[in-house]
Amino acid sequence: MNSLLGFVLISVLILIVIVQIARVTELAGIRRGDKETQKLTNKRNANYMMWFLAGFMIFCVVSALHYKNYFLGYGPHTAASSHGKLIDSLFNTTLFFTGIVFVATHIALFYFSWKYKEEEGVKAEYIAHDTRLEIIWTAIPAVVMAILVVFGLSAWNEIMADTEDEFIEIEATGYQFAWHLRYPGSDNLLGTRNYKMIDGSNPIGQDWEDIKNHDDLHPGEIVLPVGEKVRVRITARDVLHNFYLPHFRVKMDAVPGMPTYFVFTPEVTTEQYRENLKEYEEYQVPADLEDPEGPQKWEVFNYELACAELCGKGHFSMKRIVKIVERDVYDEWLKEQQPYYMTSIRNTDADPFKGQKLASDSPEEEAPAEEVSEDADIVAMNAESAE
Amino acid sequence: MVISKGIPTYEEKLIEELGYDDHFHDHHDGDKFSANFINTYIFSMDHKIIAKQFLITGMFWAIIGALMSLVFRLQLGFPEADMAWLKPVLGKWITVNAEGLGALSNQFYYALVTMHGTIIVFFVLTAGLSGTFSNLLIPLQIGARDMASPLLNMLSYWFFFLAGTLMFYSLFLSTGPFSGGWTAYPPLSVLPQASDGSGAGMTFWTISLVFFVVSVLLGGVNYITTVLNLRTKGMTMWRMPLTIWAFFITAIIGLLSFPVLVSGFFLLMFDRTMNTSFFLNEIFVGGEALQQVGGSPILYQHLFWFLGHPEVYIIILPAMGIVSEVLSVHAKKPIFGYKAMVFSMLAIAFLSFIVWAHHMFMSGVNPFISNFFVIFTLIIAVPSAVKVFNWISTLYKGSIRFNSAMLFAIGFVSMFISGGLTGIFLGNSAIDIQLHDTYFVVAHFHIVMGVAAFFGMFSGVYHWFPKMYGRFMNETLGKIHFWGTMIGAYAVFWPMHYIGMAGVPRRYYRFDTFDSFSQFGELNKFITVAAIIVFFLQVVFVVNFFYSIWKGRKQTVANPYDASTIEWTTPINAGHGNWPGKLPTVQRWPYDYGKDGREFYPQVEPVGEEESEVH
Ligand code: HEM
Ligand SMILES: [Cu+2]
Ligand SMILES: [Cu+2]
Repeated sequence: MNSLLGFVLISVLILIVIVQIARVTELAGIRRGDKETQKLTNKRNANYMMWFLAGFMIFCVVSALHYKNYFLGYGPHTAASSHGKLIDSLFNTTLFFTGIVFVATHIALFYFSWKYKEEEGVKAEYIAHDTRLEIIWTAIPAVVMAILVVFGLSAWNEIMADTEDEFIEIEATGYQFAWHLRYPGSDNLLGTRNYKMIDGSNPIGQDWEDIKNHDDLHPGEIVLPVGEKVRVRITARDVLHNFYLPHFRVKMDAVPGMPTYFVFTPEVTTEQYRENLKEYEEYQVPADLEDPEGPQKWEVFNYELACAELCGKGHFSMKRIVKIVERDVYDEWLKEQQPYYMTSIRNTDADPFKGQKLASDSPEEEAPAEEVSEDADIVAMNAESAE
Repeated sequence: MVISKGIPTYEEKLIEELGYDDHFHDHHDGDKFSANFINTYIFSMDHKIIAKQFLITGMFWAIIGALMSLVFRLQLGFPEADMAWLKPVLGKWITVNAEGLGALSNQFYYALVTMHGTIIVFFVLTAGLSGTFSNLLIPLQIGARDMASPLLNMLSYWFFFLAGTLMFYSLFLSTGPFSGGWTAYPPLSVLPQASDGSGAGMTFWTISLVFFVVSVLLGGVNYITTVLNLRTKGMTMWRMPLTIWAFFITAIIGLLSFPVLVSGFFLLMFDRTMNTSFFLNEIFVGGEALQQVGGSPILYQHLFWFLGHPEVYIIILPAMGIVSEVLSVHAKKPIFGYKAMVFSMLAIAFLSFIVWAHHMFMSGVNPFISNFFVIFTLIIAVPSAVKVFNWISTLYKGSIRFNSAMLFAIGFVSMFISGGLTGIFLGNSAIDIQLHDTYFVVAHFHIVMGVAAFFGMFSGVYHWFPKMYGRFMNETLGKIHFWGTMIGAYAVFWPMHYIGMAGVPRRYYRFDTFDSFSQFGELNKFITVAAIIVFFLQVVFVVNFFYSIWKGRKQTVANPYDASTIEWTTPINAGHGNWPGKLPTVQRWPYDYGKDGREFYPQVEPVGEEESEVH
């Protein structure tokens, strides 16, 4: 309440100051006369134009240098996927052309403003148009745009093409407010889903009659082998979400009722990426500021999966860890994963094959093992994923 | 019968001599609308009063929208700060923990972001900008007594007012205002189970915006009709100032695109209330599987952006028109490449209808389709570039008078360049994979549309203030306002490019959930502080505006800037009907500045025998 009162008081004060400035300058203007006043401020503001130009260009360069590590394709912020490198280079090509235009037009704009300020005895020149010039400066941007379109579209069509090669398929389902992940299991096939079958024990509505579902895994994080093509099947359970892997330059909406896909090849393992980050000062600080002796930032780095389409009040919290590992580590990890059906459905009331013998049953497996999947709980998600 | 006091000016004499007598005063109803206070100032049909109503309502909304942005900027810059002091205003949306520390609820954060966008885009930069200046300038600059239909014009304002009232009311709903983003994508906007704001808040939001569209359409029909039918004698299309061209083209775009938005809204309402499934398919929400199947959320995005992209040009074209006019008058030079300026506006208008899906590259549409939208999108950069080059050339060898209007016009060009260039990154779908829905997009559209359109609006207000109130705004305050805002606006939005390049998504309530996005604490603080400073600079403008209405320096000459256009041939504080006697007739194009050694030729002056270069 007090600060609100203070706020009002300060506002009133500011108001008084502004009105006083207005009155004083208005009076001074009248004393000096319109012409004189105009002449004085004209020169001053023309000079400010040049100061602004200089200041602005310096600000651009200095800030760009300062944040160069966040530019696409520079420093630690290089893409970790093969197509991502293409995007980064396209970004920098565009930056090159637009950078030239930006600097040239700004110099012209502010320099002309300063140079052609109103001055006694100098009249404006009557220049209404210049067809030749206009043709030139229509043609140049047209050519540059054509170049960018050609580069851009060839990259785009390459990136978005579906794949005919062998690939690993995984599935990510967005819901308020988390991602549910599914791997196809030993048959390499994702089982069918029906949204009407979703319930507490069946988070993405797998049809348990479809035995392709029986070996599907529901891991808590994405683990993928380096250098192998992955196709992500992206779906949503309730509203739009967006499957976003910033380090891999992957982004695709998750649409309820309409699966979308993104194909990419991770090229840098988490380990390698950490090694790269090690070189940069901003990563050579303790990850936890309270624990200066603890691991440094680069040591605990992880790729992350985020949501990039507004999906409600928890939109900012839909995180999953992504790990890129060598093939053998991946195989190891896969082996450790238990199929969700086996751990949570088999022989419960939800199991259509309850009491029946299935080929996949291993003799010793009886009761459901530990729960692998967890539900939307922001607190749990914020917690460091267990290594 | 000439009512003007004192010695008639040169222009008045010309009008007396050459003007067109429409027997305005023989009708005896010239002032029939201004019988009493209510008719004059509230339910006025006079275009000049309606313009002021749009402007002041727009300013009201701009302040609300800006205050909202300060609250969510505080959240982003200082997520740990105590917000308990806002509790008296925001009530339950500030939750106070055991230690007495107040925090902004995430639900309300999203409501604020949504309302901020909706308010600024529609109420401020559409109604407040186009509504103000189309109304003020179309009759005055084409030589008409008023709009073709003053009644529709009045209704246009009052529908806008109604829309605003409903939106304002929705701020106080117990479930809060709509919170699904200004684009209102379904299913989120359809399902109250998915978001509190999608309940009553969304109902108010859609109804409000439907009324808003009615307002835009009534206004637009009127602007188009007036420009086509009520131009005075001699005012051919090619003699119209670029402002009029801009308002005219804007109105056409609005008429063609806003109805599509309304159709989208109606389908949305059906989905919300009648269990239809235009946009819904296979949804499990709130512990229940919905019956609705077969719809597509992407269909809504098509309908929305079919308006949404033209809408950004509806916002920027009037600003472009104003800036073209102001640059020319105060550089005392003809606008460079008048016809190229008109054709580039027409090209932009046409192209703006076939680029909408560049907002949807990552929405799940067939990637093949995106090829076309990439091509058309990047083609738009060409007419945009032409306009920029022409503005810059207009300054070349001019004699520039730096007043606040001119400064904001120059600032506009800088902003339009900076923001337009980032559009070229985003328009290339491959790059957009990474940049879509990041702060890079936020930087892009705030600079190119937000700041630039505001600059156009400020430029117009400073320039035509005498036309509205017979007084000038204070120049010193104007210059403080300009330089502060110019530097401040870049300070706010420029760093967002870096944040966006690093991949930080927009519409995040806080960044610390992700290691990848949490490294910008300092920069976010900086942006927030800059935003607060910029806000206070706008207070300078608002105070200057109201102070000058009553206390500003009086306009003593009818044509204070030596401008050619005919709005400066009316008496100061012109009454209803604008010209007391005959209507001016137009003899030449509006940009004869600095020709044959003369400062300017008024548009009402006949072309002389020995004049060079006649347009
Ligand atoms: C050179 C011309 C321009 C190009 C190529 C361009 C391109 C784009 C693209 C591709 C996007 C979508 C980005 C994304 O969501 O990933 C975008 C967003 C946007 N642009 Fe532009 N743009 C240009 C000029 C403008 C102008 C002149 C305005 C307004 C005056 C404008 C206003 C906007 C707005 C408001 C958005 C964001 C909408 C939202 O998602 O909330 N753009 N632009
Ligand atoms: Cu989300
Ligand atoms: Cu667009």
